[in-house]
Amino acid sequence: MRKVSVKIIEDKVKSLSIKVNTHLRPDVLSALKKALRLETKTLARKALNAIIKNAEIAQEKSIAICQDTGLPVVFLELGAEVYIGQNITEIIINSVAQAYRQGCLRASLQRDPILRQYKPEYKPAIVHTDIVNGGKIKISLLPKGFGSENKAQVKMFNPTSSWDEISDFIVQSVALAGASACPPYIIGIGIGGTQDFACLLAKKALLLPIDKKSNAKIAAMETNLLQRINKLKIGAMGLGGKITCLGIKILTHPTHIAGLPAAVNISCHALRSGSVVI
Amino acid sequence: MEKVIRHLTKDVIKVLKAGDFILFSGILYTARDQAHKKLLDLIKAKKPLPFDLKDKVIYYCGPTPALHGQVVGACGPTTSSRMDSFTPQLLSKGILAMIGKGQRCAEVIAAIKKYQAVYFSTYAGCGALLSQCVKSKKLICFAELGTEAVFAFEVEKFPLITAIDAQGGTIYE
Repeated sequence: MRKVSVKIIEDKVKSLSIKVNTHLRPDVLSALKKALRLETKTLARKALNAIIKNAEIAQEKSIAICQDTGLPVVFLELGAEVYIGQNITEIIINSVAQAYRQGCLRASLQRDPILRQYKPEYKPAIVHTDIVNGGKIKISLLPKGFGSENKAQVKMFNPTSSWDEISDFIVQSVALAGASACPPYIIGIGIGGTQDFACLLAKKALLLPIDKKSNAKIAAMETNLLQRINKLKIGAMGLGGKITCLGIKILTHPTHIAGLPAAVNISCHALRSGSVVI
Repeated sequence: MEKVIRHLTKDVIKVLKAGDFILFSGILYTARDQAHKKLLDLIKAKKPLPFDLKDKVIYYCGPTPALHGQVVGACGPTTSSRMDSFTPQLLSKGILAMIGKGQRCAEVIAAIKKYQAVYFSTYAGCGALLSQCVKSKKLICFAELGTEAVFAFEVEKFPLITAIDAQGGTIYE
């Protein structure tokens, strides 16, 4: 058993909450710089330059990269040997909320999704928990903006469906997002599991560094999709040009013999995430 | 040379073409989903509006709070298409221009042509950058909506791309 203090978890979650919202992920920033080298269309280049400049200002002045500081989604890996003595989900939700308030991030959460009569709040973050072996805690935070979350898609394919059919669906999903969800996009794909699990995988895929190579079979699919999506010519901020997508990551999971769930989670260019290990 | 526009009028709007990039100095009124809904409810109930819509530039934006010493926090545009169902009526009440991100539906394009208005997009996902253009911020109405309240932003050289012009021309395919 390893005892972990509540205070350490609180402090780590708070600083992570501020950092991910004000520091653009290095892999995303370098993909944007590469996009700028490749892009030739004037307005799209202007847009890419603005995105890179925005990241610099956000970091320097500690301003949120985007006013939509998202619905904070937390992926918690809790070691089976860890002892905290308090409810870690509550600790995380409260710490994220406190950091959002202190860091001048946005209260974007509506308590009543139907009647919507409350003033937007900082709580609750959504926490997905996996119990893992060992004595460590890993907390990953993905503040998910809803301009892009609104464009998420899931489809239940037949188990006999081909990759071509699935990739058509993915490309179509990006075409539907069009200029509305802040391209150039980063796209997470989840294939397998149940319908809900495929959606979760697609979101988790956004945590993966986009410059990290997947295994050969998956990498070939990712490259193929990237090429097809860039042929849509939506371009940075929908202004046309070569770069509609900065990166694509696929996660898979065993599924049932009767089905093939496929989920697409789109992220805007301001993909914010980060992790701490305690 | 980038063109700086200080007075956005019908005459200025008429000559803008989709794809034109301008810098705007003047006043923007923020309004997003819930503010639109409230305005439309008031219009439907024939009640007075908390501010005159005539000749206003509406910015689809819900900012983050200002850090100490700053005017406003991050303040980029939100997705415009969610406002589509409200827009034709606001245009009929005299709004001059809208600023947001992404495509609009056919009805909105038709209404933009009919009322000789304009739809701009600005740098989407660049809330920190855009915050530097805001010189003052004033609450106008709907404080109960938090970030979705209506604020007047006095902006200096705020970047705008003409996305749908008064002739119905658009930058989107």
